[in-house]
Amino acid sequence: MKLQRMNRRALTLGALAVSGALALTACGSDDTTGAGDPTGGATAAGSIKCDDAQGQLLADGSSAQKNAIDAWVKQFTSQCNGVQINYKGGGSGAGITAFTQGQVAFAGSDSALDSEEIAASKKVCSGGQGIDLPMVGGPIAVGFNVSGVDSLVLDAPTLAKIFDSKITNWNDPAIAKLNPDVELPDLKIQAFHRSDDSGTTDNFTKYLLATTPGNWKYEGGKTWQAKGGQAAAGSSGLAQQVKQTNGAIGYFELSYAKDGIKTVDIDTGAGTPVKATVENATKAIADAKVVGTGKDLALELNYATKAEGAYPITLVTYEIVCDKGNKQDTLPATKAFLRYIASEDGQNVLAQNDYAPMPADIIAKVRTTIEELS
Amino acid sequence: MDITTAPTDAPPHLSQPSPAEQKRAARGATRPGDRIFLGLSRGSGILLLVIMAAIAVFLTWRAALAISEDEGNFLTTFEWNTQAQPPVFGIAVLAFGTVVSSIIAMVIAVPVAVAIALFLTHYAPRKLSGPIAYVIDLLAAVPSIVYGLWGALILVPHLNGLYAWLDQYFGWTGILEWNGGAPRSMFTVGILLAIMILPIITNVSREVFRQVPQMHEEAALALGATRWEVIRMAVIPFGRSGVISASMLGLGRALGETMAVATVLSPSFEIQASLLDPGGGTFAQNIASKFGEASEFGRDALIASGLVLFVITLLVNGAARAIIARRKEYSGANA
Repeated sequence: MKLQRMNRRALTLGALAVSGALALTACGSDDTTGAGDPTGGATAAGSIKCDDAQGQLLADGSSAQKNAIDAWVKQFTSQCNGVQINYKGGGSGAGITAFTQGQVAFAGSDSALDSEEIAASKKVCSGGQGIDLPMVGGPIAVGFNVSGVDSLVLDAPTLAKIFDSKITNWNDPAIAKLNPDVELPDLKIQAFHRSDDSGTTDNFTKYLLATTPGNWKYEGGKTWQAKGGQAAAGSSGLAQQVKQTNGAIGYFELSYAKDGIKTVDIDTGAGTPVKATVENATKAIADAKVVGTGKDLALELNYATKAEGAYPITLVTYEIVCDKGNKQDTLPATKAFLRYIASEDGQNVLAQNDYAPMPADIIAKVRTTIEELS
Repeated sequence: MDITTAPTDAPPHLSQPSPAEQKRAARGATRPGDRIFLGLSRGSGILLLVIMAAIAVFLTWRAALAISEDEGNFLTTFEWNTQAQPPVFGIAVLAFGTVVSSIIAMVIAVPVAVAIALFLTHYAPRKLSGPIAYVIDLLAAVPSIVYGLWGALILVPHLNGLYAWLDQYFGWTGILEWNGGAPRSMFTVGILLAIMILPIITNVSREVFRQVPQMHEEAALALGATRWEVIRMAVIPFGRSGVISASMLGLGRALGETMAVATVLSPSFEIQASLLDPGGGTFAQNIASKFGEASEFGRDALIASGLVLFVITLLVNGAARAIIARRKEYSGANA
């Protein structure tokens, strides 16, 4: 029967579309770099040592660093053509799950491993455990769209109240006080948050919790907990909504704050409000403490930093590997790739793609640790 | 088709079939080809049951793991936090959202689909009905993520006017009040789902209306009925159960739609009094948006919600089958 055939075909198409769409949304990042080819002439062939790296590296995890990994993979595989690297940006949670099940050589995560995950990693790292290597930094920009307003200064308490639906209009005195020279319209605030669980939400709410706990009475975590406001899926979806909705405000990685989305300057208590830039994020990460034990380099960011020009709402993405007991067939390639991305050239690629390089002393520790992987 | 009917004419090489052979012929399988085909078709049937059972067992087992750890009541909690210690999650909002968005979709899609089907079978000139039917089939072939993108980028920004109008004239009902948020609500999802399930309902209804016995229509015309009266007296009563089962097929799709809803809806774990305010969620949308960052346990919790959707969909399909079973006169929807 013709009709049934049609439907079956449509269903198959639909199924394909859905699975394809899932893969697409999982990666969740359209190439927002704008720079088509992020070489910048930064690669000297010398910085990439292929050694005896061979074969296929599978990796999965944070979608926040997907663009960075893609740029690195391009550089690396052009030098070491015996290696194929496949990084699926399925989200930090998916990456850690894949890592503890031994499916990937390394994972990317926006949050350091917790104790349960470390315990689970001991099963795959024979004689060792999973460790966090901070590799990619990124400012989480707060984008806004208010017609007639080009620059906006907010501080932590005001941000918390806006995202908790306590401040609902742009002409609220609290906002006016921070922006004496700006003419604020009488316009409803549409605060957008992520509808999917995300490391970006985790880091944004960590900032609010650390700086203004009185105004943010939630636990934090990857799931958005405040009531009210609006939600959209993925950083790109959030940026799109902010762009097309007058009165909107939302948070996403800086690389999504493109095409006319303006970003909020944060009043941290420093002399001047801090802009969301790559350099300012690196300055904030320099204030972080290493809290991981042994070879684990998990960082604790100082969200309450008042340092001049340090942008406090910053996210660090870790690469997660075994310190000992990596699979022997992928170890050379894993080491060579991590060595390259931690090198000076590798970190320079970051800045060209709206990511923040790690501060010098932290990346030095990362490099030492990578050499000791076994 | 009844497989136990004996072939009406005996094979040519058997002029006088013996009783035993007749019996065998009545059973069907006589030559290797028959036996192989019987085995293949029976095997396919069994395989299908095994797959369904495997899915049900898997869903139930993983769901049981998750629900046993759930601090809240799985059926009534308005929260989904699987990362918390202890985890709290419940499907109240999801069940409500799934049902409400599907109902809105049905309310919009069914009348339109029936009208299109009637137009194609009774009003449209033959030259026109072919192309229109083809365009409707095309609607079914559009991937749902494309509907989602179109919904988020085109439909949502253009719904402000409709929302303002609804709020102005129907705001007093409470369920059509609008607070001025971006129109990414259950109502918008319903509109989008309506467009997505239109083709299947239209197609099946069209097939059903085609099956209306010519005699009935001619009899009505002979009594002096107008075309509308013919449709009212002969076509619609005959096709009613067919349209119902077509709607059930559409409903099944609306219940399980994932990407389009996840792209368009602004979800939250609360039930909004007004259909126009952003919030709520559906089973499939929640699974899609939470899956990427979920821990092992978080996935089990999502699977538990998937089990509920599985059950709801089974019930809907069962209802559709029951309606079809009541009336077998037409072969439109159960061929």
